Amino acid sequence: MSSKHVYLDYAASTPIDERVLEAMLPHMQDTFGNPSSTHRWGQQAEAVVESSRRTIADALGSSPHEIVFTACGSESDNLALRGAAFASRTNRDANRILTTPVEHPAILRTAEQLAELHGFHLELLPVDECGRVEPEALSSTIGQDVAIVSIIYANNEIGTINPITELGAICRQHEIPFHTDAVQAASQLPIDVQELNVDLMSLGAHKFYGPKGIGVLFVRAGTQVVPTLTGGSHEHGLRAGTPNTPLIVGCAEALRITMEERDSHNLAYVELRDRLISIVSEEITHARLTGHPTDRLPNHASFVFRDIDGNQLLAALDLSGYACSSGSACKTGDPEPSKVLLALGFDRPWGLGSLRITVGRHTKSDDIEVLLKVLPDVISRLRTAQDKEA
Amino acid sequence: MEQRRIAVAMSGGVDSSVAAALLVEQGEDVFGLMMRLWSATPDGSNRCCSPIDITSAREVAARLSIPFYVINAQEPFKQHVVDAFINGYTKGITPNPCIECNRHVRWGFLMRQASAMGATHLATGHYALSVHREGRYRLLRANDHVKDQSYVLYMLAQQDLSRTIFPVGPYTKQEVREHARRLDLHVAERPDSQDLCFVSTDDYRAFLKDQGTELPPPGAIVDRHGNVLGQHEGLAEFTIGQRRRIGVSSPAALYVLEKDLASNRLVVGLREELGRREFSLRNVCWTSDQPPTHPIEAHVRVRYKAQEIAARVHPKGKDRANVSLDSPLPDVTPGQSAVFYDQDECLGGGIIES
Repeated sequence: MSSKHVYLDYAASTPIDERVLEAMLPHMQDTFGNPSSTHRWGQQAEAVVESSRRTIADALGSSPHEIVFTACGSESDNLALRGAAFASRTNRDANRILTTPVEHPAILRTAEQLAELHGFHLELLPVDECGRVEPEALSSTIGQDVAIVSIIYANNEIGTINPITELGAICRQHEIPFHTDAVQAASQLPIDVQELNVDLMSLGAHKFYGPKGIGVLFVRAGTQVVPTLTGGSHEHGLRAGTPNTPLIVGCAEALRITMEERDSHNLAYVELRDRLISIVSEEITHARLTGHPTDRLPNHASFVFRDIDGNQLLAALDLSGYACSSGSACKTGDPEPSKVLLALGFDRPWGLGSLRITVGRHTKSDDIEVLLKVLPDVISRLRTAQDKEA
Repeated sequence: MEQRRIAVAMSGGVDSSVAAALLVEQGEDVFGLMMRLWSATPDGSNRCCSPIDITSAREVAARLSIPFYVINAQEPFKQHVVDAFINGYTKGITPNPCIECNRHVRWGFLMRQASAMGATHLATGHYALSVHREGRYRLLRANDHVKDQSYVLYMLAQQDLSRTIFPVGPYTKQEVREHARRLDLHVAERPDSQDLCFVSTDDYRAFLKDQGTELPPPGAIVDRHGNVLGQHEGLAEFTIGQRRRIGVSSPAALYVLEKDLASNRLVVGLREELGRREFSLRNVCWTSDQPPTHPIEAHVRVRYKAQEIAARVHPKGKDRANVSLDSPLPDVTPGQSAVFYDQDECLGGGIIES
């Protein structure tokens, strides 16, 4: 990847921050003890893990004993959904799962499996054309038979932000556990669990310039969750397995830096995002913004282009030097419109042509300017070729 | 001048992998493209573009440090190759799907899409050569005459040849495999790919049945003089020159001489009656873009692996021709292609009509 290649897929993953790497490195070798061990090696590792847990708890406005380390955001989602669903069924006979059609597959596929294999009743809350859940939609259906409500904080494909605080208040009023998937949101949006009214919240470190292989689940004290990975009593009995000391350190350091620098980065992101949105809308025909125009992730611009094969668009952009993404990651050439875009009402000719551009700490405004010159040309060449096939 | 950039059509096989490797070694700006083709099976596997093949091609591309992308060619492949294959059998002829794939999918769809993605040239793993000589581009046989695939490329025109590269054309299959081994490409020992890639087994009749193809109905088996010898189960079951499974008992072995599509009759006869010298061609292409103004002497091949026969080709207008072979061939089959050669140059060809 030479310097002429520009990475604009920060929603997929972010490069690890130098400071994070530096914080992790000593623990790859020196702090190898098992944090559960009695001896001083164990104590040393445990101290490092627990201090990292406190850093994360501080960032979330929670207590350290409410922080569970997992292996990734998807695992956090699984633990939240499965764990709370089974606990609610056992404790109070609740059998209904409320979620949305715009969740990440880690929630949607898990919810579907809970319905198919374990007899839960799955109900998808309606979303508007921006992919947002209206609080009224939740309050009109929530009841004591609901095992868990899970609503994504900010959608990975379309960037739309959900009114989590209000949705959480409704759940709290009915005393129903409320989970939010904040994997995509955590790098940019407030994640104070008290303000958000959430009982469960998932994070993944590699989305905020931390390492891959480490996730976090916030579990509010008193929220009933059964473990899905059973074994030793690690992570307050909610997630068995020897804690991964260096990754935990990296996760904590990455989140600490993110909290510190978030506002200034967001200012820069919004400028680039809005420039992308306005120029694409002006200069490309049959282009539509997906998701909410303003109530969206600061770094996230997403579009659909009619009569474009999104995968081919990504390939052509990559060949032009720009690494972007689409809604439905497909590397096998067998495209289907993403479930999220279908839920927003886009039909196939629109839904197949999705493009997501997400900026990050290393994005320069010059890169965006050049991309904005290249993109209309690429779209027009692909459309001309497509016309010849008709 | 536009910067030269080559799209290599990769299949995950040894030939296209080495084609890409050779171009990389020559310092070319290369990217890999693999077409996702239509498949009858629900899991989407096609004998030459299954997920395993995609992974294989992707591994080769990564090893060569070139970008690699899969593009969706299911619709054009279904339309121009699979449907044409089924349609041919419906009419009782024997189409060659590889030729239609090259005509419409590789040097049609893929060439157009690769250009739209920024490619100036298309390279494939075919054994053939495209050279510029004496004022125009020429399609030549590969140096390895056994592997030569110019037969399935006769439809390439000047515009195609000017933008096409056959990197393995100068080498033998053995040399290509050795090259793959030297580069430590894991595909070095892969078996050659199959024809009829969209048929999941070797049984194309079962495929046609699964697709609900309405094959020609049963009809009469007759001899050269029109005497009815029996009943056949449908002309699609037979190929010209076939001896087995005709279903008529006779003291001497009987061969399929002709499939009379108009009257749905199967004409059979003795071995010595087999063979034709004269036939007509449709969809005739000339690699020079210029049909000769007079009949020409050429060597003609009527199947991919058939022997070549000296012949006279009489062009009839822009896209038709009549062929007179110097000696008769037993298996001149409507739907297959007849391809013309002058020494090592492929001049063109057409589809055998009758």
